[in-house]
Amino acid sequence: MKPRPFTYLAPTSVDEALAALAEHSFDAKVLAGGQSLAPLLNFRMASPEYLIDINDVAGLDRVRRVDGGWHIPALVRQRTVERSPELRAAFPLLPAALEQVAHPQIRNRGTVCGSLAHADPAAELPTVMTALDATMRVASVRGEREVPAEEFFQFHFTTSLEDDELLVGVTVDDLPPATSTGFAEFAPRHGDFALAAVAGVVTRASDGAVGAVRLVASGVAARPQRLTAAEKVLLGQRPTPDVVGAAERAARGEVDPTGDIHASADYRRHLVGVLARRVLTTIAEEGDHA
Amino acid sequence: MTAEAIAEAPVRPVEATPGKQPMIGAPVRRREDRRLITGQGRYLDDLELPGAYEAAFVRTPHASARIRSIDTTAAARLPGVIGIWTGADLPELVKPIPPKVSNPLLRDMPRYPLPPERVHFVGEPVAVVVAESRYVAEDAVELIEVDYEVLPAVSSTTAALAPDAPRVHDELDDNVAIHVTQVAGEPEEALRTAPHRLSERFVIARGGGHSMECRGVAARYDVGTGQLTVWPSTQSPHYTRNMLAYFYGMDEDDVRVVVPRDSGGGFGPKAQFHGEDAVIPYVAMLLRHPVKWIEDRSENFVATMMERNQVHHVEVGFDDDGKLIVVKNVFEHDQGAYCAGLQVPMITLSTLPGQYRIPNIHTELIGCYTNMVPTSSVRGAGRPQAVVAMERMMDRIAEHLGLDPAEVRLRNMIRADEFPYKVGLTFRDGSPLTYDSGDFPSLTKAVLARFDYDGERERQALARSAGRLVGIGLGAYVEGCGLGPYEGARLRLTNDGTVLVTLAATPLGQGYETIYAQIASDAMGLDMEHIAVATGDTSRIPFGQGSFASRTTVTAGSATLQAGRELREKIFEVAAVLLGAPAEELCFQGDRVCAGGDPGRSVSLRDIVQVSNIGKHGITMPRGVPAGIEVTSYFSPERASYASGIHAATVEVDPDTGQIKILRYVIGHDCGNVINPLLVDGQVLGGFAHGIGNALYEESFYDDAGQPQSASYLDYSLPSAIEVPKVELVHQFTPSPLNPLGVKGAGEGGTIPVPATIANAVEDALRPFGARITSLPITPAKVFAAMTATNHR
Ligand SMILES: Cc1cc2nc3c(=O)[nH]c(=O)nc-3n(C[C@H](O)[C@H](O)[C@H](O)COP(=O)(O)OP(=O)(O)OC[C@H]3O[C@@H](n4cnc5c(N)ncnc54)[C@H](O)[C@@H]3O)c2cc1C
Repeated sequence: MKPRPFTYLAPTSVDEALAALAEHSFDAKVLAGGQSLAPLLNFRMASPEYLIDINDVAGLDRVRRVDGGWHIPALVRQRTVERSPELRAAFPLLPAALEQVAHPQIRNRGTVCGSLAHADPAAELPTVMTALDATMRVASVRGEREVPAEEFFQFHFTTSLEDDELLVGVTVDDLPPATSTGFAEFAPRHGDFALAAVAGVVTRASDGAVGAVRLVASGVAARPQRLTAAEKVLLGQRPTPDVVGAAERAARGEVDPTGDIHASADYRRHLVGVLARRVLTTIAEEGDHA
Repeated sequence: MTAEAIAEAPVRPVEATPGKQPMIGAPVRRREDRRLITGQGRYLDDLELPGAYEAAFVRTPHASARIRSIDTTAAARLPGVIGIWTGADLPELVKPIPPKVSNPLLRDMPRYPLPPERVHFVGEPVAVVVAESRYVAEDAVELIEVDYEVLPAVSSTTAALAPDAPRVHDELDDNVAIHVTQVAGEPEEALRTAPHRLSERFVIARGGGHSMECRGVAARYDVGTGQLTVWPSTQSPHYTRNMLAYFYGMDEDDVRVVVPRDSGGGFGPKAQFHGEDAVIPYVAMLLRHPVKWIEDRSENFVATMMERNQVHHVEVGFDDDGKLIVVKNVFEHDQGAYCAGLQVPMITLSTLPGQYRIPNIHTELIGCYTNMVPTSSVRGAGRPQAVVAMERMMDRIAEHLGLDPAEVRLRNMIRADEFPYKVGLTFRDGSPLTYDSGDFPSLTKAVLARFDYDGERERQALARSAGRLVGIGLGAYVEGCGLGPYEGARLRLTNDGTVLVTLAATPLGQGYETIYAQIASDAMGLDMEHIAVATGDTSRIPFGQGSFASRTTVTAGSATLQAGRELREKIFEVAAVLLGAPAEELCFQGDRVCAGGDPGRSVSLRDIVQVSNIGKHGITMPRGVPAGIEVTSYFSPERASYASGIHAATVEVDPDTGQIKILRYVIGHDCGNVINPLLVDGQVLGGFAHGIGNALYEESFYDDAGQPQSASYLDYSLPSAIEVPKVELVHQFTPSPLNPLGVKGAGEGGTIPVPATIANAVEDALRPFGARITSLPITPAKVFAAMTATNHR
């Protein structure tokens, strides 16, 4: 469990980091919190020739308010977001999900952007960012671009980042009024990657019916999966227990997970339905009280 | 977790000197704690051997294969590589490692440290690389090309026993390593005539020991003295020494095995001799240079021995009152690619009847070779499986007759006045299996009272009527412990006036530096602060077995007691001469021996040792003063003493997800007299955490080709502190008549009945569905499957 030899680079500015990425591109890996990359190096499952440690890069470690939303730059730790009063108030979905990511020690090091760039299909943050319709800020020496979460996550451990690109941050727009969110996951042990998870964002119209909804599941596909059939059931309806039940069945029907040593495909499909129901039930109660 | 004793304080077998606070039974804090808590513990990898090379192994990725060729040319050229050896390069090491416990019926197949031709499980080492660092060694391992002829493999007892199964060993005509049956009474006849019969098949998964510190060996050969010093992370230094002397054809005394002072756990697998243990010291001798190999977790997952996988076919016959007439237990034991020792299935064989009076018993072992890492004891060692077989059936009997499961147990329990109780089977040493002491019904009643069993049943009924799935489970067990052959203690008054207790047994976190000082303190009537404890070095004491099987307090403890009494006499013999007082008038006061309680007539331990071990030449010893104040004593128990206990749990199952939550857990434990209640509680609670892993989480998965599927902690679910619920402890102290301390083992009782207890509780919770739990660990996915299976029925 020792990594293969590599050359260690520690740029101190975004420009330096981008230059290093441009030069070494496919042969380099960015090191953020190291909570996923270090094990991969030690298992020799990743063997980059260059390791570009961005921890000394200035200006990437503070959450900041931007026009109509919040920006989380690349070095903001998961634990920082989880404990930020502003972000907790703006996006209760973030702490709800982050509390279930690994353990505090790991969240103290692991970055939000690192989890997004890593794109583990079982991870919480990609699912939550997809539900929040977040925007990835991506940069290279060639310029900057913005990628919506839904286009960013492509496949197991694969994003739309090019080899020379850095994820400099993620921006989340403020939620519209009358919006409730919910998150639920099932993991056999505390801190495990979930067998399945569901995140929901529901905006109600003035009559209490669902006006907009994003329901996203993880652990069931190669990337976060929008539960569009369940969303369709909900749109225009008040989320009564019957409607929620119909959405549960729809969610169960539209996912096609694979089984492994930990859970059969059947069980995972069942869990997605249960979790969707739980998320929608909390959202419905919260909305009815508002 | 809370630990609370409800019974009276333990019986104290040793009368301490009048006026002296007894140490046996006192909750003394561990002497080891300070250094461990402040990060000053010293483990194998902390050993500084300047310039030592580091080793890594090439391990087969195939479960069954023939080695055609090994090409090391590219690796040998890598800068920093010192040497590479394959099995064929080291013909001296092509000797089989004998099983630790054997049986004439065993069809033993050779296990080589570095097999030269044929490999039988993924992870088996085929070559060793020694390099300037572990980094370089691992780079070199990747450059070594092994050409394998891959052969079909089997990775379960079911596959191994199938009629056309591939053979694990070409030399055998099937995969059965051993087939043993033991019978008491007339089981077949009893089954035919019993008013009621029930049967079931239970599967218990493989799992590991998972000590926090993995295995490891460091070695240095001194050409000048011809002495080889080996530092292994082992539970059995003397066994390692004997094996190395046998492998290298060296004199026993030229091999010194020293176990580092602190250990990150053993739990059974480190009581075994693994191939790497023979290879590393050997290459250190060839190179005449120190070599160190520290097993990493990836290696530990595939190459360190594991336990538990057994398939039990159980049948019981009983009468209308739920009284057992007969039990039949036929079990397949997965012993992996080689037989490292038969202790595990032999223990299962004799643990089955447990706390019950059963006139007719049939217990039958079919030990199978499979293409997986061999089996060794892991805390519990064959007992959790036997307890699953027996205790699950006790619940089924109660269900069948509509009786209460606690009542069915009480009706069948051996009574307190029936000891010594002969079970009717044979113990693994060939003697009649006999329980020495205990009081099963009284401990059961104490646990039920603490648990508020009737109240729990009422609350369960209420919860059920509200649609909740709440269940209650019990699990009773016996644990044969304190086994022979022997263990020793050497006590010496050192030149600075300290009494040094030297043990062959080596600690793995049990607090030996504390408890053996407690025992010696009472044996001698000397305050603990003047007593030190040293362990785990073959050059300090020549004979020893090691720390395993919950045996050390019984054996080494009794030896320490005996030696302490004798050492006191020797010290007083000298003091009597110096003080001119009869020995009967002497006693210890602090570090002085005092005559008639008068501090004015006293002599210090330091002065005493100066007289008996005088540092001057050509002097005649004073009359009556013996030379060298030292006593070595060995204790050999007549047979195993029997610890016992019963656990009670309430669980709730989430009908949506199958998630299991433990609402209550009470442990009743009887390990005879207690030397240090803090440490016994620690053992029980730590053992309980292991049991939780076995019951709910841990499984070493292998696919059909024998490929490990859970070879990191990403896929192997070890319980963490969060998964281990609060426990309430109930102690009972039934002294063993088989040793002067009256003690029994305490290392495994926390683990043994946990899988059975929780399985009983989960099945009870699912009773409204009629769902069956027959496979361990009980994961939410399995509960879901069990619920859906009955839904469709
Ligand atoms: C024991 C354990 C349990 C865990 N459990 C969970 C869990 O339950 N749920 C969960 O979601 N995660 C879990 N994780 C993973 C954890 O959340 C990681 O922190 C996270 O996935 C990666 O963040 P990081 O900052 O550590 O990234 P790193 O490990 O440094 O990098 C991860 C990958 O992302 C790339 N990368 C990182 N930052 C950037 C960037 N700014 N631009 C481009 N590429 C970048 C790296 O090159 C690398 O490929 C667990 C980890 C451990 C060790």
